[in-house]
Amino acid sequence: MTLGMVFALTGAVLSTALAGWGSAWGVGLAGQAAAGVVAEDPDQFAKVLILQLLPGTQGIYGLLVTFITLSNIGILGGNPVADTHTGLLYMLACLPIAIVGLISAYHQGRTSVASIGIVAKKPDQFGKAMLFPAMVETYAILALLVSILAITNIG
Amino acid sequence: MGDLDYIFAVARIRVKEKSLLTDMDISQMAGMKDDRTVLGYLADRGWGDGDGATDAEAVLRAEERKTTELVKELKIDPAVFELLSYPNLYHNLKAGIKEICTSESNARAFYEDEKYGREAMLRILQNKSFADLPEHMREVAEAAYTTMIETRDGQRCDIMVDRACLEAMEAAGQKSKSRLLRDYVESTVAVSDIKIAARAQKTGKTIAFLRDALAPCRSLDVRKLAIAASESEEALINCLDQQGFREAGEALKESPSAFERWCDNKLIQTIRPEKTNSVSMGPVIAYYLARQNEIKTVRIILTAKANGFSEEATRERVRDMYV
Repeated sequence: MTLGMVFALTGAVLSTALAGWGSAWGVGLAGQAAAGVVAEDPDQFAKVLILQLLPGTQGIYGLLVTFITLSNIGILGGNPVADTHTGLLYMLACLPIAIVGLISAYHQGRTSVASIGIVAKKPDQFGKAMLFPAMVETYAILALLVSILAITNIG
Repeated sequence: MGDLDYIFAVARIRVKEKSLLTDMDISQMAGMKDDRTVLGYLADRGWGDGDGATDAEAVLRAEERKTTELVKELKIDPAVFELLSYPNLYHNLKAGIKEICTSESNARAFYEDEKYGREAMLRILQNKSFADLPEHMREVAEAAYTTMIETRDGQRCDIMVDRACLEAMEAAGQKSKSRLLRDYVESTVAVSDIKIAARAQKTGKTIAFLRDALAPCRSLDVRKLAIAASESEEALINCLDQQGFREAGEALKESPSAFERWCDNKLIQTIRPEKTNSVSMGPVIAYYLARQNEIKTVRIILTAKANGFSEEATRERVRDMYV
């Protein structure tokens, strides 16, 4: 295995690991808040579940980028990475979703916690409450797009 | 525990806050014709044990118990809960000393407490086993007990215990990691000192009495407050104005009940920012304090109604609600 392949694989692993870490963190935080609301008012289960799941998307984006990377570097398809330079490019291309995924999922989790607080007090404001964590999603999507565009245009 | 460890507790509290009484509920109760109607209204809101009790005190005690149980269930740092129970604990000490020294039994004068309720407090005082009390209480308990035995001066005993309570709260509050608790304790000490000064001024107490009674406070110069209160009401109001407590002076000018209302409302203002806090133990502490304020206000309304106070007189005495 070449050093370039090691770099490319590192990028693929980081995109799933960091974005997944952030999602686990965010979903965990929101889950605690959701459980607190359901403990007192079980009727709010569906609403708080949706808010809990919002920070989970970054982990999926990370996984998607990993698959695309693996499909380009000769693991699941494509040509094996032969040189260090290309490997480094793959790794750098994976970093946007890895880093932004980690940070945005954590903050989306905290925003979801706050929104679950809104639903707890005013269940009829669910639509508005959902918009706040959804805003954080924008930056995860931007990072996902940059990573996909970069990976698919290497070489 | 870190702030994020309280997310579950805060979410539960957010749901619970929906059942807190609002200013509108209080206004409605103040306008009711008698205490039975108020109790009926409260029963509809889930107050009491659900057994249709008509004893106001039993209903209020049931609510106090429910709040305490909820806060314990939420696994709040026991030190925090202990600090919030200092006023009740020191009150039980005063009630215990008076019961022993006057031989007049009054079980209702005591707050319920797992460790230092009526029986435990009386046993400690009778045996003079002050070491069985929390460390911050031991010295003052012995001193107040001795003073009461030797002089039979209940007021002297009260100011000793009250000041020790405020000092213990201040010391424990400053050690707390919770910003809310630090602010609340600071406000409590300041408001209590202002209350003591106002009462002392009305009853013509000496500056020596005031110096003994006022607890040191960071947001208030108690030396100046003592001097002003020993001079005149006008001097006291000016002193409060200069120290950033203009509203207290205005309430003092208005009426004694308006002043008492300002004291409680000031504490509610301190905890109100917690309504928008999603993490930390702050919202749980705020809920506990809001419930205490709510129970106190309902007690005022029930007492006013039972004693035939007019609607206007009742309204003058009710406090602002947290929600």
